[in-house]
Amino acid sequence: MSARSAGSTGTVVPPALAATPGAGDWASVPTELGHFGRFGGRFVPEALMAALDELTAAYAEAIADPAFVAELDGLLASYAGRPTPVTEARRLTEHIGGARLLLKREDLAHTGSHKINNVLGQCLLTKRMGKTRVIAETGAGQHGVATATACALLGLECVVYMGEEDTRRQALNVARMRLLGAEVVPVASGSRTLKDAINEALRDWVATVERTHYCIGSVMGPHPFPMLVRDFQRIIGVEAREQVLALTGKLPDAVVACVGGGSNAMGIFHRFIPDTSVALIGCEAGGDGLATGRHAAAIAGGSSGVLHGMRSYFLQDDDGQTKVSHSISAGLDYPGIGPEHAWLHDTGRATYRVVDDTAAMDALALVARTEGILVAIESAHAFAGAFEVARELGPEATILVNCSGRGDKDVDTAARWFDLLDAPADGEAG
Amino acid sequence: MVVQGTRGRLADSFAAARKEGRSVLVGYLPAGYPTVDGAIAAMRAMVEAGVDVVEVGLPYSDPTMDGPVIQDAADAALRGGVSTADVLRTVEAVADTGAPTLVMTYWNPVERHGVERFAADLAAAGGAGVITPDLPPEEAGPWLDAAGAHGLDPVFLVAPSSTDERIRLVTSITGGFVYAASLMGVTGARQSVGAAAEGLVERVRAVTDLPVAVGLGVRDGGQAATVAAFADGVIVGSALVAALLEAERAGTGREAGLAAIRVLAADLAAGVRAAPAPAAATS
Repeated sequence: MSARSAGSTGTVVPPALAATPGAGDWASVPTELGHFGRFGGRFVPEALMAALDELTAAYAEAIADPAFVAELDGLLASYAGRPTPVTEARRLTEHIGGARLLLKREDLAHTGSHKINNVLGQCLLTKRMGKTRVIAETGAGQHGVATATACALLGLECVVYMGEEDTRRQALNVARMRLLGAEVVPVASGSRTLKDAINEALRDWVATVERTHYCIGSVMGPHPFPMLVRDFQRIIGVEAREQVLALTGKLPDAVVACVGGGSNAMGIFHRFIPDTSVALIGCEAGGDGLATGRHAAAIAGGSSGVLHGMRSYFLQDDDGQTKVSHSISAGLDYPGIGPEHAWLHDTGRATYRVVDDTAAMDALALVARTEGILVAIESAHAFAGAFEVARELGPEATILVNCSGRGDKDVDTAARWFDLLDAPADGEAG
Repeated sequence: MVVQGTRGRLADSFAAARKEGRSVLVGYLPAGYPTVDGAIAAMRAMVEAGVDVVEVGLPYSDPTMDGPVIQDAADAALRGGVSTADVLRTVEAVADTGAPTLVMTYWNPVERHGVERFAADLAAAGGAGVITPDLPPEEAGPWLDAAGAHGLDPVFLVAPSSTDERIRLVTSITGGFVYAASLMGVTGARQSVGAAAEGLVERVRAVTDLPVAVGLGVRDGGQAATVAAFADGVIVGSALVAALLEAERAGTGREAGLAAIRVLAADLAAGVRAAPAPAAATS
């Protein structure tokens, strides 16, 4: 079933932005001040408050404007390639010997991940606000590539901040962004990864806010970003719910997604939140293992705090200094999590488990061999979590896994991990 | 019996400066750079050289509102192991000079320490208040309660982009003085102070009798004089930090850093005295 037919009310509001019918309390977050329970909010310098108010107002106007909605809906269909399919993973299911596994194929969206859904929305919003320049942070490079892509399409200037460490881990994506006309700025401060790229983007934004939009790539940051990014990503779950119903005649028993900041997970979870029979399961990056302290599991191994404009769970020490996160996946290598996930965790509506590097890489290899799908290392965390859930729930159950991105960018990392190269690789350059 | 901070000392400083027909000079340095004791010595040196009010920076892992100079010093301080307890010890040593002493901090370290406990500990150390640049009024309820209970001035910021409505909101909860950011950007010395500063000060004065101090971009006595002509206070941070950084990098020894601080602080102190007192401040 097409996502475009999912909005059954006959209005012009597209499925991506339509309110969830019967959502009840779940639809009441965030509050006007951007709170999800005790999480969220706006912890930013006063200099940015006016811009956040402007963005909040512009977004509210935009989604009430049929022309904006039609333009976004059109781009999602004709440019991003939506709806993305749901694939039944028969050989993988057989191999795992548990629940039936269905894959939502965001890896087949333009630019190779779900990130395009959000950037098309935000870049259209940028033009609507009369701004000409877009900045973004990126970890694995997927959000940076998606932003560079949308900026090229819409004629916007694009600057992407990326931790120096990540520019080395994901050199191919740096080249992709530059090919797309974006300026990539390596960030050499702090841990030189995603969190420091966000710091640098915030510094840029406060000085250039009059003509610049900060296109945040996940369901994080100050209000309205967690809400706005969620809304632009919820198309994933809206489509998938229809597709699973069409395929199996019932709702899935569980929906599993990986969580860094948490945009692909919020995207696939949100439409299912009112369906209380459906377990929502997020997989945090366990790095070398939770017990080692070298991980990126903000819920399992962190505590409540404030960073990057929001209150949520973070990895931090006793003085509130942010701890450096660790994950083989650059896209999950972030010491926090979006505030709505923190809230879903506190309320118990979603549960979060930890998948370490080894389990994720094993899953990546297994999915490649059984299904012919090379998934991103980020997404491989969701698969590893889904295998556990599949065995727990047994063969009668159905699990929807968000295959959030493709793994082309990770071939180099995987080749080293599995020792797949014949000649000794240039190990020092990794 | 709750230990009270030194709230009111900021108001005294501004009132005294006004009587002298000058602006207040506020100096910022981060705790723990180059060492905890080295920072205390530098802060005491700048008070001796004419700084009226001290902002003790709490070094933070993610200083999103700071430019490279303060980032570098904060990074070095954190690598050196500076803790929140060290920051409180620094406040105590600096407040001992008699200069009203504030903490300038990102919000998370306060929340992690415990909002009430931070207020109590700072009051016990003799602190006068806290500047919280990333805590908006909308989220400040618990902090205002704690600061009020412990006799601390909660200082909030306004920016050139603040609407009049937001300026009213911010000034309604601010104590001591209003921190006016001179420009849209991060901390750092600049060639000239943002032209928006004077207009912003006027807009703040329209809604409050609180003194207004201008920060961001001031680097020398000349600029301090320019700002002092229209503001009740002049806040200097990065230029002072840069003086310490340069001495450390040149390897000229701690005394050279202190000497550089004294020279710059004296120049700035002369600057705030060179300009006629801001006309609008006398009410």
